Parts: sequence; C-alpha cells; structure tokens
Amino acid sequence: MIKAILIFNNHGKPRLSKFYEHYTEDTEQQIIRETFHLVSKRDENICNFLEGGLLIGGSDNKLIYRHYATLYFVFCVDSSESELGILDLIQVFVETLDKCFENVCELDLIFHVDKVHNILAEMVMGGMVLETNMSEIITQVEAQGKMEKSEVRAAPFGLV
Amino acid sequence: MREIMVRAMYCEMLGYDASFTYIHAIKLAQQGGVLEKRVGYLAVSLFLNEGHELLLLLVNTVLKDLQSTNLIEACMALTVVAQVFPKDMIPAVLPLVEDKLSHPKEIIRRKAVLALYKFYLIAPNQVQHIHSKFRKALCDQDPGVMTSSLHIYLQLITESPDGYKDLTGSFVTILKQVLGGKLPVDFNYRNVPAPWLQLQLLRILSLLGREDQSTSELMYEVLDESLRRAEMNHNITYAILYECVKAVYTIHPKAELLEKATRCIGNFVLSPKINLKYLGLKALTYVVQHDAKLALQHQMTIIECLDHTDFTIKRETLELLFRITNAQNVTVIVEKMLDFLHVSCYVPMKTLTFAPDNSWFIQTMNDVFSTGGDLLQQDVPNNFLRLLAEGSESKEEDDQLRLYAVDSYLTVLKGDASHLPQRFLQLMSWVLGEYAHLQESVDQREVIRLLTQLLDQRSVSSETRVWILSALTKISEGQTDLILDLAEGLSSSQDTVLRQQAQELRQLSQDSQLYEWVLFHLVALVCVFSSQVDSSLSFLDGFVSEALAAGAAPYKPPHQRQQELCEDRALNLEPYSFSLPVSLSSCSITDRQSPTLLSISSGLSGNSTELSQKAGSSTLILEGVKRVWGKDGYLQQKETTAPPVDEPSAAVQPSGQQEAAERLEPQLEPSTQNQDKQQLASSLFVGLGAGSSITTDSFLYGSLLEEEPATSISAFGHTPKSSTANGPAQNKDTKEDRRANTSHILGGDMVIVRPNTIQDKHPPPGSSDLTALLPADLKDLPHSDVSSLTSDPSLSMSSCRLFRDEALLLVIFISNCTETVIKDVAVQLTCEELEVCYSFFSVTHRPLVVTTEEYGKLWLSLSHDVKQNLKLLTDARDPLRTTLNALKDALQLHVVDIIGSEGIVACRLLSGAPCLLHCRVNGAALAMWLRSPHPVLPYCILYHCQRALAQTPR
Repeated sequence: MIKAILIFNNHGKPRLSKFYEHYTEDTEQQIIRETFHLVSKRDENICNFLEGGLLIGGSDNKLIYRHYATLYFVFCVDSSESELGILDLIQVFVETLDKCFENVCELDLIFHVDKVHNILAEMVMGGMVLETNMSEIITQVEAQGKMEKSEVRAAPFGLV
Repeated sequence: MREIMVRAMYCEMLGYDASFTYIHAIKLAQQGGVLEKRVGYLAVSLFLNEGHELLLLLVNTVLKDLQSTNLIEACMALTVVAQVFPKDMIPAVLPLVEDKLSHPKEIIRRKAVLALYKFYLIAPNQVQHIHSKFRKALCDQDPGVMTSSLHIYLQLITESPDGYKDLTGSFVTILKQVLGGKLPVDFNYRNVPAPWLQLQLLRILSLLGREDQSTSELMYEVLDESLRRAEMNHNITYAILYECVKAVYTIHPKAELLEKATRCIGNFVLSPKINLKYLGLKALTYVVQHDAKLALQHQMTIIECLDHTDFTIKRETLELLFRITNAQNVTVIVEKMLDFLHVSCYVPMKTLTFAPDNSWFIQTMNDVFSTGGDLLQQDVPNNFLRLLAEGSESKEEDDQLRLYAVDSYLTVLKGDASHLPQRFLQLMSWVLGEYAHLQESVDQREVIRLLTQLLDQRSVSSETRVWILSALTKISEGQTDLILDLAEGLSSSQDTVLRQQAQELRQLSQDSQLYEWVLFHLVALVCVFSSQVDSSLSFLDGFVSEALAAGAAPYKPPHQRQQELCEDRALNLEPYSFSLPVSLSSCSITDRQSPTLLSISSGLSGNSTELSQKAGSSTLILEGVKRVWGKDGYLQQKETTAPPVDEPSAAVQPSGQQEAAERLEPQLEPSTQNQDKQQLASSLFVGLGAGSSITTDSFLYGSLLEEEPATSISAFGHTPKSSTANGPAQNKDTKEDRRANTSHILGGDMVIVRPNTIQDKHPPPGSSDLTALLPADLKDLPHSDVSSLTSDPSLSMSSCRLFRDEALLLVIFISNCTETVIKDVAVQLTCEELEVCYSFFSVTHRPLVVTTEEYGKLWLSLSHDVKQNLKLLTDARDPLRTTLNALKDALQLHVVDIIGSEGIVACRLLSGAPCLLHCRVNGAALAMWLRSPHPVLPYCILYHCQRALAQTPR
C-alpha cells in the first residue's frame, strides 16, 4: 500500500502532499522535512530506494523517489509494493502530468493543485493503485474537465 | 469560494493551519455545482481524517451523490468514501457501493471495488457477505475492474491461502492472456503488456503455490513463460522478473525453473545499474533462506557491495549477511555490522545468537550499547537483561557470563562514564545491583562508590538516577553508613520520585528486617505489575498496615504510589517475573547473597496463602507476556507453567552454541585481516559451502544440530547387530516424561537407550497397533494417532502424544525392521523450536466443559477475539456437526451445543485460560469467531483448526 505521495522542490518546499494514512498536521510537515533531508543528500547515481524516515514508520516503509529537474517525486510505500513497479508508476504519473499540462513545470503544480490532485486520484485511490493505463487516466481527467466546462457554461442560465 | 478553497489547500500543505476552512469545504461539497463539489470533496479528503467530527455532516451528501446519475458525482463520492470514511459510517453507504458493482460504467465499478477493498481493510466482517461479488468483479469484462479486484484477492489470499486454491486456474489463465497480449494495446507500458497487473498476479500465485505441490504444478508453465518473455530491457520488466524469481522460490520447487531464476539473480547482482543491484541483493537475501550456497557464487560482488557508497545497498548487503550468519562467521559479520552502527542505528540482534564466547558477547554488547545507545529500540537492552537474568541451562555458565558482565561494567565505570548513553548506564546499574555479589574480589563498597559517583554526574538523567538508586537499594545491605549519607544528600532533590526513593532507602537501611520484607513484596509486586494485572493492589493491604504499624514508611497518597509503581515498571525489573518459574526448579538458595534473589526463593518456598495465590496469579499472567527468548531449556516450563507464546528463538543465546562454536573457533581468521577481500570472503562465507549442516536452517532455530530426524537416524542406522535373531523385531518404548525429555534436549547429547532386551510383546507389522505397546499406566490416556516420523531399512521411528491432565507425554517408538537384534540405540533428541511451539499449542489445551449459559457469560467477559472463515466439510448430511466433530476429534475441543446453523465449542489451556469458539455456517464456509483472554491463543487454535480441516479427507 502507498502511504504517502510527496512532491517537493530542490529546496524542500512542498508542492504536493497526499497522505493515505492519518498523521497530525505537525507530523505531516515533519515527515516532509525529514523525507527531504533523506532524499536530497543522495547522489544522482545511486539507487532510487531508501528506507523510510522514523516518522513514517521506519524500516517497514520504503521511500521511492525520482528527481526531475527541480522537483522530487517521492512515494512512501510499505513492503508489499514492488520497488521498480512504483518507480515506473512515478514515471507514468509524470508523463500524465506532462500530457495534461503540456510541458509540465513546477509552476503548474503550484497554480493547479486541484487538477494535480484530481489526476492523482485517478491513479491512486485510498493508497491502492487504481489505474496505470495512461490513456485511460487522461480520458477520465478530460471527461471531468469537459463536464465542468459545460457546467460553467450552463450556470448563467440556471439559478446559481 | 472555489479559488479560496484551493488556496486553503495550498496553505494547509505548506503547514499553515487552515482548520477554519474545513466547514466551508464541507459546505462546498454539499451545495455547489459539479465543479465546486469537486473542489469541496477534494478539500475534504485532504483536510479531514477518519476520526474527524465534521465528517458526520458529509454522510448525507455522499449518499445523495452515490445515487446521482452524474458519473462524476458518483466517482467523487466513491473516492471520498474510500479515502476518509471511518468504520462506523460504512454500514450507511455499503449497500449503495455494493450496487455500484453492477454499474454499466467500468470506471464506477473499478472505484466501487477499491472502496469495498478499503472497507474490507477497515472492517472485514462487514463485507463478508459480498465475497461472491468480488468473484464477479474478478471475471469482469473490463481489465481495469479485474485489476482492482486483484487488490482484494491479494489481501484475502495473504490471510488464508487455503480458501482460494480453486482460483489458481483463473489467475494462471489471466496471466497467460496478459502475456499473450490479449489486452488492449493501451494497457501496454513500454511495450510490456499491463506490467502492474502481472506483478500483482505473480504475487498472488506465489502465495497460492507456497508449500503446495499440486497448485504449484499448475503455474510452472506460466512462470516459465513470464521468465522467458521478460527480456532484459527496461525497469518494469526487471520488476516482473524479480517478482517471478521470488515466486519460483516460494512455490514448490522445480529444478528447471530454479536454475533459470538463479541466472536471473546473477544478472541482477552483476548489473551495473544500481537499482538492479539493489533488487538483486534483495532477491538473494530472500533466496539464501532456501539455498545458502547461492550466496557463494556471488561472494565477490557481495564484498564489493559492502563497501558501496550507497547507504541503501550497504544496508541490504548487511541484511543478506545477517541471513547467512552462522557460528563460524559471526565475529566477522558482527564487526561489519558494528562499523555500520556508527553511521546508523541498525543492527539485527539475532545475529548474536552465534556468539562464540562470553567475553566476546559482552564486549560486543558493550560496543553496541555505547555506540547505539539511546537510539536502540527499547527491547534490545530489555532482552539483554532478560538473558542475563534468566540464564540458560547451566548455572556455572550463567554465573560466568554475569561475572564477566560485572567485571567489564566496573571497568567501564572506572573510566570516564559521562559520555555513555543513558540506556547503557541504566543497564549497567541494573546488572551491578543484581550480580555485583558474584564478584567476590571486588568490595561491595567499591561498587557502591562507583554507582554513587555516577549518581552525582550532571549528565545523568533522572530516569537513570532511579535505576541507579534501585541498584543501590539491592546491594546496600550492611553498608548503612554510606547509604545514609547518600540518602541524606538526595532527600533534598528536586525530583519527587528520586526523593521518595532516597527516603525509602534510608528507612530500609536502618531496619534490616523490614528490608527483607519490602524487597520480597517489591519483587512480587513487580511480577504482578510487569505482567500488567491486578491494579487493585489488594494483596498489599496487609503489608501496608503492617508497615504502618511498625511506623516505618509514611503512607503515600495514592497517586504518588501509583507514580512510584509506574516508575518501577519503567525500571523494567521484568526479568523477575521470568525467573520466578525458573527459580522454582533450578535456583538453589545456597550461594544467594543478594537479598532480592534470596527473597524470591524464600518467598516461593514460604507457605503463606496470600503468597501462593500471588504466585499463582503471576504464573497465570505470564501467558500474556511475550516470551522472546527461545531457549531449549525453556520448553519444560512452557509446558507446565505457561504456554509458549509466538516468536520463538528471537535472539541472543550464547551458551547453547557455545561449546560447538568454541570448537570451531580455531578456523576463524583473526578479524584484523579484513583488508584482503578474498580473505574476508572466506571468513564471511565459511560454513555455507560443503559443511552445510550449519547453515541458515540451524541458525533459524537457534540450534546447531540438524533438525530432521532422518539424519540422526541414519547416523545410528548401522549400530551393532548381534548374531542372534530371536525376535522378528524388537522395540523400545522411550517413554519420556517432559522433564526427562527436556533434559536431553538441553544437553543436545546423544542419549543411549538400552532396549528392554527381552520383549514379550511382538508388535504386529505396521505402525497402526503400536499403541498397544504403551506402558500399562499410560494406556488409558487419550492419545493422538501414531505418526511415523521416519524410517530406513533397519529402523523405523514413530511418535505419539498422550494427553495427561497436567502434562503432555511424548512417546517415541523405535522399531527394528530387520531380523537382527539391536543392543543399543542412540537417540538424539533435538528441538526444533518453531515446530515444537506449534505442536505444544495443539496439545496443551483440553476440552472445557461448560453449559451454554456459562458459555454465554464467559463469552462476554473475554477480550481478544478473532474472526475467520474456515472450510466446511460439505459432503456430509449435517455439515456443521461433521465439521465440529472432526475438530473435536483432532483438537480436543468440547462441543457445547449446536443450535441450528450455529455451534459453540470451548477449550481451555492447561493453565486454565479458556478459548471459546463460535461457529456459524455461512454458505460453503464456516464462519468462526474465537474469543479468549489470551491474545495469541485464538490465532493458534484457529491455525490448528485450519490444519485439521485441511487434513480431513473430504
């Protein structure tokens, strides 16, 4: 099961955080900080897996991360998930983001937090991988987008 | 509003408190149009957690949206349900979510399946009735829905693989179709068809095929296929390969596949890509449990990885080394681990099971404590203390160990102790308090002086001070002047607990009679408390009034007393509770100078009723305590006083292996030479190759001896044959009381059993009637079937368990299959702990005869419950009765009553702890609900029920 998904930039500023288990807000912030410290000091050419920090459950959990330009994508998973599988899931996530935003960059994540969350919700639901099929994800996200647009257009005629 | 909510989400993520917006998020979800609703729901799932009170406000909205015809609204509702809904709200939405399983849109079905999975995780019993619908989801046309249903099956099968064997065929077919490219192309990722689906399926298959030959055979072909298909070109294919390799090694082995898998591992380990190397090491770690020799092939790579710059790789390598630890390479490996300890706080204590001798062991532990110190988990020092306190079989060895510990700690304390971690100090003071008297050459005053010195140090925490003080209390006898000074100094301390203890110390040192009294009561108290029972302290009343009458210690208000008791618990004098049963049999009172110990033993021999009651209660309570120290010598106690609890053989156990290890020691390289990798390799991998009798297996069970009776039998298969051939066979009943039995086990020595040379009973062929040969006094006891253990042309061996009310007897039949007469039979009894623990459980319980009413009352009073579906023997006319009778016969249960489709069954442990079983027919399954005051017992009973049912012929 996936415990948490964190995205932060090279300076440790969180850009997206999604926890699938409950932690208090303070703990969440500490987890983000701890994870950043663990991940950021790793070289480029060593492996993408490491043991989770103490806050998020220690050695039972693994951090699997990828570093893209200015952003770190970190998935915290328990031992039941396959490391390489998750590594590629991150890739799928990023590629999906890329397709939805056309050349995704850090700013997109800042200004469209809700959209990123929606995309993520299509991929991972309650800690379980829901969909890994990229085209399916994009179809869903776009369908929702369309529906929303029609709603917005419909609104003036309604009573809202 | 929508925009604001998005901002609020962002603020919250950055760590600013935005709780004032929570209610607005809910409002937005309730009132807005689709767009706003979406943001509202999103905010809710980010802001609120399962226990949040505002969630209640959301239930109606979710219900409404679940019924909505708008796809997106339904989707959102399902997502939020899966994300935040707590246990008690599930019933409200369950029917609606269930309906969604047959929704025409696959996306809805998929989300509904996952939501149900989430429900299953939170409250398994609430979704029990929809298992058939899960099957439907598995057969869904849409691959996506099928994929999500695999989550559920993975979980279900992990819990009970036996119930789902029939699905193996389906899973294999699915995997075949996936491999054959039958799925739509857009499921491909990097030209690999649905890789995540494959991963999931492989994992399920490996669970199903574990230790099951017939099921495994179904999947050989498809595993072979996936191994072949997964060409080495991309990460994701490696992920599949890794999962494949794991599956191959988990299921019933097939040589051809194993070979391929081994090659794969080789590729992994040798890969220049660091991620793959990591995976290779992980695979190797997994595989060496099955075949330790594999590590030999890759020794050079492993050595390189040891010095790798990547922390993760290093850690994994140590994990691997840890798995191949044996008596011969332990020093080198532990040294490596200690190196590692300087940069991290990880060291698996189990490794030390192979400690070659006392001094090394204590020294290593000292290193561990002083470097690891406060970062270590609490149980490491606890376990260490327990080991010291409980000791092992031989008293001399124990004392030697303790003596050595005392010596080394005194040396440490004489040096500069200010930088040492608190844990270490606490540990040292405990050991000194307990065992300082063993070291006669050192003056007690000197010890007291050292401890006092420690007490004065600024860096010492107050918790540690309490430890030190209680150590001082133990050794203070006769040193009144020193103690008085000390107590005087501390009675003005800021810390109330400390002050109180100093006060007590002073009182005690002035009145030696009281001193003994108190220490004895303290011990009893700690026994009771460390096992967490009897908080009413009623048994102390007598003592309190007496003490008051004597005008000794002033009465403390309850909360303070409580605090003190808590403190006592923190002091962790737990070992006492364990040494209690030991001291009954093995402690002699002779050379006890420590008042504490003396009082234990005297207390136990004393006949006060209050006391015996107390002892009774504390032995009873011991069941609840996790007994981590697997030790051969303990089996006896487990049998008579308390049932064994899970987790056998968890840790340090030096003396058992000591002898053997010492013999091997000369082969060890002096560890200073480890610059040379080759040499390191040879020392690391020693014992893995040809002499594989000391491989991981024996390490797992903490025993140097081979487990399988087969080997020991063959060792004496050719014992002297004499010329006469008067009897067709000759046999020997080795009736062994548990006591006798364990004593053999302890020694691990060969026992020469001299057969009763003239046998008047001629055993009929076959083992079926062997029970007729039981000694007369045992004949009437209920007994298990005689099961054949092993046989070879000359000897066959079978065993049978007899259930006596207070004990279990193990009878071993050794029969001679040849015509010749055997004079001596050497029997080597070795305990394989894991196995033994389990079988003990199966036999330490007895039927519990109660009426239905009593059952009802008892049921309500029990705390630990476990639910599980079991197989029902369906072919008979009355399946429930048949099943229960089968269980009754196999497991010594008492069937209390059968009412309609429900049945109640009861049993108890020898020591009295009951376990109640409630069975209900649920379709083709038997829903079993077990309750017991004992946390582990239900699981054990359940395990045995499962096994018994699986073995019953259908």
